[in-house]
Amino acid sequence: MEFKDYYQVMGVARDATEAQIKQAYRRLARKYHPDVSKEKDAEARFKDLGEAYEVLKSAEKRAAYDQLGQGPRPGENFTPPPDWGSGFEFSGEGPHPGTTGGADYSDFFESLFGGAAAGARRGGRRGGRAFDADRGEDHHAKVLLDLDATLQGGSRQMTLRLPERERTLNVQVPKGILPGQTIRLAGQGSAAPAGGKPGDLYIEVEFEPHPLYKIDGRALYLELPVAPWEAALGATVKTPTPSGIVDLKIPPGSHAGSKLRLKSRGLPAATPGDLYVVLQIALPAATDDKSREAYRAMAAALPFNPRLSLGV
Amino acid sequence: MRTLEEGPLSGEIFEEHTVLSIDDLCRLCSVERTYIVELVDEGVLRATEVDARGRQFAGAALRRARLALRLQRDLEINLPGVALALELMEELERLRGELRVGGR
Repeated sequence: MEFKDYYQVMGVARDATEAQIKQAYRRLARKYHPDVSKEKDAEARFKDLGEAYEVLKSAEKRAAYDQLGQGPRPGENFTPPPDWGSGFEFSGEGPHPGTTGGADYSDFFESLFGGAAAGARRGGRRGGRAFDADRGEDHHAKVLLDLDATLQGGSRQMTLRLPERERTLNVQVPKGILPGQTIRLAGQGSAAPAGGKPGDLYIEVEFEPHPLYKIDGRALYLELPVAPWEAALGATVKTPTPSGIVDLKIPPGSHAGSKLRLKSRGLPAATPGDLYVVLQIALPAATDDKSREAYRAMAAALPFNPRLSLGV
Repeated sequence: MRTLEEGPLSGEIFEEHTVLSIDDLCRLCSVERTYIVELVDEGVLRATEVDARGRQFAGAALRRARLALRLQRDLEINLPGVALALELMEELERLRGELRVGGR
């Protein structure tokens, strides 16, 4: 298994004081906390950080870890020495909260401190009170879906990282689910101890950016390019909508940014959201004599100052 | 280990038609009652109604409670700090939403 350099993970020297370690943890935790961080690998970094802090903040665990010396270079194969752990006792502390319930440590950590962590993990968080002792544990996961999943419904394959294992499920996505909402799958959590009810699985949903539609609550926004004369004179043009291509009437005198509402063509629901088509004016390129002539004719015919409002 | 299980499984949107009591929130967040009551007292969670069973919360309170507890625990922030962080995160989310739809 891979040797982990916890000092490197936390960016502290091997002789760092307790206060320095705590400070480093807090700084990095704010940076990589998955709920607030926009860093791509935030979740993995935060997990490593929680694990490193779990070891380095405890005088016992840190001393035991230091005993390994520098270990092999990070990434090289590592096996704990046969006399590992003799003279140290890692009881009574419980997993660091930064790691998900202690069940998500690396193999490296588990091989060194596994027994103690497993012991402390029992009985749930904070005070060890078991909730509904005869009921299996609920699981919570988060998935990133394509927007079509909520627009059209349909099933999606989801790979969930749950404590102790990865699980791939085929889940029917409820039509109209909003980002931040949760799919509850009854009975798909942990099995219950003898005869009780299994826990539930809660899957929080977020959406990948869609190439056409932007989502705001139940409303969708689509930017639709139109020609200058279509905007000025009005026209009927084709536009995509989630439920298929439709003819859209552009009123005369429209301009860039004009918003046309297509009722109930947003996210599905009992009261569906609307689709807003936001007009963009696309200019034909003036690359040949004919097009340049057309622009010149327009310039000659129209007394138009687009900068009037700027006073110039 | 990856195993594809049978399916498709059908679920429901938890936030719709779900009403939660303080005890439900405790169970779903695996914390003791005092932690949820603190969040309510600080105004992080707001009851949508109070009836004979006590204070009732909308389904969306679950995500908010879990987020608040994670911040509190992982970043060692106190309650007013968590409340402030949540407000700022919501503001950020709102502004990002406006940016997404073109600032209009």
